[in-house]
Amino acid sequence: MSRLILSRRTLIRAGAAGAGSLLLSGCDKLFENPTFRGTLESAEDLHQAAQRALGRDALAREFAASDMSPAFRANGSREVADPAYRRHFAQGFAEWSLRVDGLVDKPLTLPFTALKAFPQRTQITRHDCVEGWSAIGQWTGPRLGPILDLAGLRPQARYIVFHCADLYHGRPYYESIDLIDAFHPQTILAWGMNGKPLEEAHGAPLRLRVEKQLGYKHAKFVTRVEAVATLGGIHGGKGGYWEDNGAYAWYAGI
Amino acid sequence: MSESVVAGTFPRGGELLKRHRLSTRIWHWVNAVTLFVMLLSGLMIFNAHPRLYWGEYGANPDTPWLKIGSARTGPGESGYLQLGGARIETTGVLGIWTDQDGNLQRRAFPYWATIPSRYSLAGARIWHLAFAWVLALGLLFYLLWSLVTRHLQRDIHITRAEWRPTHIWHDIKEHARLRFPTGAAALKYNVLQKIAYAGVLFVLLPLMILTGLAMSPGTDAWLPAASELFGGRQSARSVHFICAFLLVLFFLVHIAMVVLAGPFNEVRSMITGRYRLPPERSAPKETGQ
Repeated sequence: MSRLILSRRTLIRAGAAGAGSLLLSGCDKLFENPTFRGTLESAEDLHQAAQRALGRDALAREFAASDMSPAFRANGSREVADPAYRRHFAQGFAEWSLRVDGLVDKPLTLPFTALKAFPQRTQITRHDCVEGWSAIGQWTGPRLGPILDLAGLRPQARYIVFHCADLYHGRPYYESIDLIDAFHPQTILAWGMNGKPLEEAHGAPLRLRVEKQLGYKHAKFVTRVEAVATLGGIHGGKGGYWEDNGAYAWYAGI
Repeated sequence: MSESVVAGTFPRGGELLKRHRLSTRIWHWVNAVTLFVMLLSGLMIFNAHPRLYWGEYGANPDTPWLKIGSARTGPGESGYLQLGGARIETTGVLGIWTDQDGNLQRRAFPYWATIPSRYSLAGARIWHLAFAWVLALGLLFYLLWSLVTRHLQRDIHITRAEWRPTHIWHDIKEHARLRFPTGAAALKYNVLQKIAYAGVLFVLLPLMILTGLAMSPGTDAWLPAASELFGGRQSARSVHFICAFLLVLFFLVHIAMVVLAGPFNEVRSMITGRYRLPPERSAPKETGQ
């Protein structure tokens, strides 16, 4: 009798485990199918269209100084090995400059003095990582829009690419956004964080803040801003490090 | 096969009657698949940062109210679930477990509880955020259609008489004795069923969707009320997790009830819509079972 119960229990357990693992491996198999996966991935376009329709010009929430995280977690590259970067770092970025080029009428080379002559914005915003954590910090820097206006975008320009000084797992980090986000009033190239110059771990000397998207879009150690017509042909062609190397969404508003 | 209720006649035990509308049946099975995918891909997303916080912010330097992790304990290593100050050992299931290839993994939820089964935050997000549309639009259309067909008003609406504590207590006692309604009474939802279904339709699923939206930085800009309602983004993330847990509880009770009430008849009624009315308890022996 006890043997019978035992074997029945074992049978039920094995059956449930078998059905469960069949379901799960079925999901994994299904995900390998390009048509199925492509259908799921196309939801990204729906997210972008929905968020643009409902809140294209909406401002990300800004917080009070008392709302800030006591300690702001640094993520991704925390230091940069590049010799040129190390030299600039040692000089306190006194000789450093930002390059603005690509599909522009007037390529720019902007040292810090020039960047600080643009209209500055200080905002206390929440940084949302794709992993799920959040931290609130204060960011200061010139708005990206007026910089692009000075360079003069050509009509073919559709995206703004941010090239970075760091290698992440041996590959150059980069990111890109479209012109709607590039000209959003809260999109800034931050040189200051929490009232001080950016620390290396947070992307010194300059990082992108694109407040309505997830953390991986906020490129750190930005050295060059390039206007392009298409993202194909730049590194892996999907518009960013994590988009190329991890199948993360290019539109990271969700 | 007997026909469904003819005007003026009273349905009797043993009759095969139409019970669930097509809209209810379609929504039920679409949701079964959707919630399965949402839950398991959600557990994988949780694995990327297996901590929950209250408030607007929350990251590694901050104190979580829930955490799943692993730690060295003497010679070995053990997995744990930490709730406030209490730690529950979960070695082998949560925090530290052996994967399908026999390798030790230090992630929160094990491979047999996640989609994809191998660690992939990007993959899980693709599943989760695509099926989120099915869940949200499915719920919206089902609720609107159920207003039109008067399913909500007729079958789910809890009447004043049903809210009486004595009535609810009576139903709890009947359920505890596993005495389910028979005859014509089995055609209607009892008050515990109504509370469970209304709770899922009007509380848990809308909360899942709202807290999900609250976590999106893009949505937060045009709908800040979503996260403010819960006291911040990390609180919304916590509520998202708690509601998912409550949906799992609902699922377990739901499955237990289907098994106890007669799985063949119950599953048939949710596929074909037809349901054999359990015979009245007072019915003569020869027609009873």
